[in-house]
This record gives sequence, structure tokens and C-alpha cells, in this order.
Amino acid sequence: MFYREAGQFKTSYGADQALFPIRQDRIGLAVILALAFVAVPLLASQYLFNAILIPLLIFSLAAIGLNILTGYAGQLSLGSAAFMAVGAVAAYNFDLRVPGLPILISFVLGGLTAAAVGVAFGLPSLRIKGFYLAVATLAAQFFIPWLLVKVSWFSNHSSSGVISARPIAILGYAFDTPAKRYLLVLTIVALLALAAKNMVRSRIGRAWMAVRDMDVAAEVVGIRMLHTKLTAFAVSSFYCGVAGALYAFAYLGSVQPEDFNLDLSFRILFMIIVGGVGSILGSFLGAAFITLLPIVLDRALTAVALQYNLGFDSGVASMLQLVVFGALIIFFLVVEPQGLARLWQIGKEKLRLWPFPY
Amino acid sequence: MSFFFEVLIGGLLAGVMYSLVALGFVLIYKASGVFNFAQGSMVLFAALTYVGMQEKFGFPFWLAFLVALAVMVLVGVLTERIVLRPLVNQPQISLFMATIGLAFFLEGLSQLIWGTDVHPLSLGITDEPIESLLTQFNIVVSKFDVAAAIVAGLLVAVLAVFFNRTRIGRALRAVADDHQAALAVGIPLKQIWAIVWSVAGFVALVAGLLWGARNGVQFALTFVALKALPVLILGGFESVAGAIVGGLIIGASEKLAEVYIGPHVGGGIEGWFAYVMALLFLLVRPEGLFGEKHIDRV
Repeated sequence: MFYREAGQFKTSYGADQALFPIRQDRIGLAVILALAFVAVPLLASQYLFNAILIPLLIFSLAAIGLNILTGYAGQLSLGSAAFMAVGAVAAYNFDLRVPGLPILISFVLGGLTAAAVGVAFGLPSLRIKGFYLAVATLAAQFFIPWLLVKVSWFSNHSSSGVISARPIAILGYAFDTPAKRYLLVLTIVALLALAAKNMVRSRIGRAWMAVRDMDVAAEVVGIRMLHTKLTAFAVSSFYCGVAGALYAFAYLGSVQPEDFNLDLSFRILFMIIVGGVGSILGSFLGAAFITLLPIVLDRALTAVALQYNLGFDSGVASMLQLVVFGALIIFFLVVEPQGLARLWQIGKEKLRLWPFPY
Repeated sequence: MSFFFEVLIGGLLAGVMYSLVALGFVLIYKASGVFNFAQGSMVLFAALTYVGMQEKFGFPFWLAFLVALAVMVLVGVLTERIVLRPLVNQPQISLFMATIGLAFFLEGLSQLIWGTDVHPLSLGITDEPIESLLTQFNIVVSKFDVAAAIVAGLLVAVLAVFFNRTRIGRALRAVADDHQAALAVGIPLKQIWAIVWSVAGFVALVAGLLWGARNGVQFALTFVALKALPVLILGGFESVAGAIVGGLIIGASEKLAEVYIGPHVGGGIEGWFAYVMALLFLLVRPEGLFGEKHIDRV
């Protein structure tokens, strides 16, 4: 009833190939974008920007990156945080060492550097598959942050490898408040998400999916394995790299390579699993879920503790949080192994038929 | 030269400790095709339970060991019932993620119950050099390491007998070979999985005791699992022998690299060296040293 494509006829090739062929989707997306670009900056508080919205968007970007590699091309990776680190440090160095380079170009160059590193670590994927590859990507996860700390040139010889990003300014316009930084991040993420959405249904995206579904068969029908797998690694690392640069410049301001540790990689992996493997929308849903869950859990535990006068110390609370987090992950996997994106799809099917399900 | 041998032997013995943890991974992967990331947390959980029994209730070694073993069996059975059974026929990555969730759960739970302090654990074997070796060859080899290696050797021998000679062991291998064929000849798959998780819990307990006696029982025990992963890919996911040989290779080369290469690059290489090493091995043999060769069919 609410979600019906009946009567929407496609009369041109352009309409047939549209990114969002159903009118309700287009309206829904326009409403969401309008809300995100106009309503949220007017209404949200400083805390909301800094603690929730900006990291949520940045993690969405990283999750899209990992989803391209794992969800679309089927190469399981546990090293996404390392590629974020490369992006952050590279963007920092381009910004620092090339005077007058626009900051956006630094972000792009940071992403490209991450892509190059990603391709280097993607080379083993041509021979190694499945969990062997996953463990092999851990090599990147442990090696890259170590290298970034050890070679002090990367952090401009600061002690303990901390890099302090300069404030963002584009064409003399300073992005100095959280709301402005949020808008910048939102713009970048929206554009890159659109690009990803386009990419995964293009020739290269279909090649990735063919490799994911069965690589031998894909090779037999003439898909170039080397080219396909390495582009997946490159594009994925590019997204992660840009996310890392934004993480350093727009979110925290100063980061050290150790921040991009295995835990962060796991969190990004959780995002795509909870959100939905092989879905751009799922990347956003998963990022929102994993970013919000600890905050909500924290609030809930404090509230419960107050209610029943339980004197939690912070140690117990954080352990309890870990337990609930783990249990929820398992619960989610058991209830809907294909993630939130699948739930959304089921919801749409229901809305289509409602209120006459037969 | 004696220094070289000292480092080498120390590395080999440390490698045995790694393979002890890798063994738990192999058992579960062999029988159910699940890459169990929670193995490190199980090591922590088992060791903390054991220490807790000793500290809180003053149990002697054998009683605390039995109680901890019972708890680990319970964890194994519950894992099979609550986590694995609903996820049958899901893609491997979902199962892998479920075990990461399980890892979080166990880490939180064990520290919630037993606290986050470092607990000392003594098994009655001191960590001091063997005197005859020290006087004759001037090589420092820790008694404790040797004892740990012997325990690991015994464990592997017991497991080998269990797998090859007992009825349950044969059923386990049948399940590992082909789930559906095993079901067809009447092997109870659910029981087998519960058993294999219990055995992995037992291995985790032994590993937890040895590592705990070495470094103290604390949260850092879970990182042992990260050390075991390169051992695993080097040896092959499906091979018990691979876990042992891989452990020896990783242990020895890691210690040698730490001593001979480490100082030239500023140290701290033990975090990634094993991984890079395993990666290089994989380029030559993509399924590890002893892993099963996969034949792809379209």
C-alpha cells in the first residue's frame, strides 16, 4: 500500500537503469538527505555532533570500504583499521609537507596512498583464500601501525607517534565548529556512498560479485582475477583511507597509529555483519548500530544501577557492557544472519502488501 | 654459538606453548569448520575459573582442575546449543562473527566474576634454568619450559590416540570429513559438536594453566590467541601435526628474529613478525604446511 511500484512505468533506458528505480525510494532518500543536511545541523547539540554523528558517518564510510571488499568481492579482511591508519597518516603528511595543498586533495591523496598499500597487501589474495586470507590480513593490521610508529618521519618526529591534524579550512573558510565539520563529513560520505552504490552495479561491481560467488567459475567465464581482486582491495582501501583521514582531521584532531588497532578492525567487521554483508545501506545501519549500542548500553546500565541502588564501579560496568555486547552480536546473528539490511527488505515487502497480505 | 642454541631452544619451547593454543583452534575447525576466535577467551576463562577455585575455596590442584574442566565442558555444550545449532548452514563468516561475539561475552563474564586483577598461579614447577645444561654447555633452558613442552607432547599423544583409536574419535573424524555422509550413517552431529567443543575447552584449560603460570592469569592471556593464529595458518587449519610443527617454526624464528633482526629495526617486531613469516609461507603453500589441499570444482 505504502510501498508499491505498480503504475510506475519505465519508458526509457535511462529510467530503467536508474539508481533508485522506485519513486518511494527516491522520495525517502531525498527526505533523509534533507533531514541530514538541513534539519540536523539546526537541531543537534554539540555532544550529538562530536560523540555520535561525526563518528557514525566516518565509520559508515569505513564500513562501506570493508563491505566492498568482504561483502561484494568476498575477500575477508581483518585489516581495515590499518588502512585507515595509512589514510590518516598520509593525509597528515601531504597536508604538512606540501604547502598550499587544498585539504580535500590531501584527503584524496591519503585515500590513494591507502589504496596503494591495500593493493600490496591484497596480492596474497591471489593465492590464499578464506580464513587463511583473513589471518594474512592481520599481518597488515600488526605491521602497518608498528611501521608508522617506528619511522618517526611519518608523525613529524613527535613523541609517541601522535599526529595532530591541522584545523580544516577550504578556500579560506574555516570548518571550526562541530556542525560545520559534520556537514563536511556528511558531504564527503554521501558522495562516496553514491559512488559506491553506482560502482557495485557496474561492470566492476558485477565482476566482484562473480568472484565472491565462485571464483573458479568467474575465471572460466573470462573475468580477470588479478584485476578484479586488486581493484577490490584498492577501492576498499581508498574508502578506508579517506575514513581514516576524516577520523584524524574531522573527528579526533589528534590520533596515534595505535588507535587503529585490531579492536577497531573488528568493530568495522561487526558493522558490516550486523548491517548486512553486501549492502551499502547495511553499512550505514550497521555503523549506526555499533556506534550507538555502547552509548545506549552505558546509559541503560547507569539507569538500572540508579534504580536498584547497585553500586557499580566503572570496571564492572564496562565488563557488563562487554558481556551484553557479545550476547547481542550472537543474538543478532542467530535471529537474522543477513543483517539489518535484510530486515529492512522484509519490512518493505510487508509494506508493499499491507493491509491485504494475500 | 651457545647463545644461538639458547635462543633457538627457548624459541622452540615457546613455540610448543603457541601450538598448545593453536591445537584448540584446529580441533574445532576440523570437526565443525568453524574458525573459533573465542579460543583465546576460553583460555582466559578456564585459567580464571581454576585460579578462582583455588583462591576463593582453597581447593587442591586436582579438585580445582576438575571443577574448571566441568565448567569448560558446560561452556562447550552451551555454545553448541545456543550459538552453533541455530547457525547451522549459515556462511562461515557468520559463524566466525558469532565466535567473536562469544569471545567478547566470555572475556566480560570471566572478569565480571573473578575480577580484573592479575592472579598468580603456581603449578609447583619453578622457572629456573636446568643446572646440568647450564654447567656443561652454558645454555640457559628453563625447567618450566621443558615441563610445559612435555605436557604439550603428552596432550598431543592423548589426542592422537583419542582421534585414531576410540569410537568417538572416529566419529569426530567422520564428521570432519563430510557432515552429511556422517549424518547419513547415523553419527549424532549435535553430540559430536558438543564433545569437540568440550575437548577444545579442555585444551584451553591446559593452555591457560601453563600460560597463566608463566605470565600470571590476566586479561593479556587472550592475546595468546593472536600468537596462535600465524601458527595455525603456517601449519594448516586442519592438521594437529601442523599446529605442532607450525608452533615450533614460529617460536624458533620469532625468537631468533627478535634477537638478531630486532635491534636493527628498533625492536618491537614480535607483534607482526610471525604473521609476515606465515604470509611468506602461504605464498608458497596456500593451504599451510599440512592443510588439506582444496580442489575447486565449478
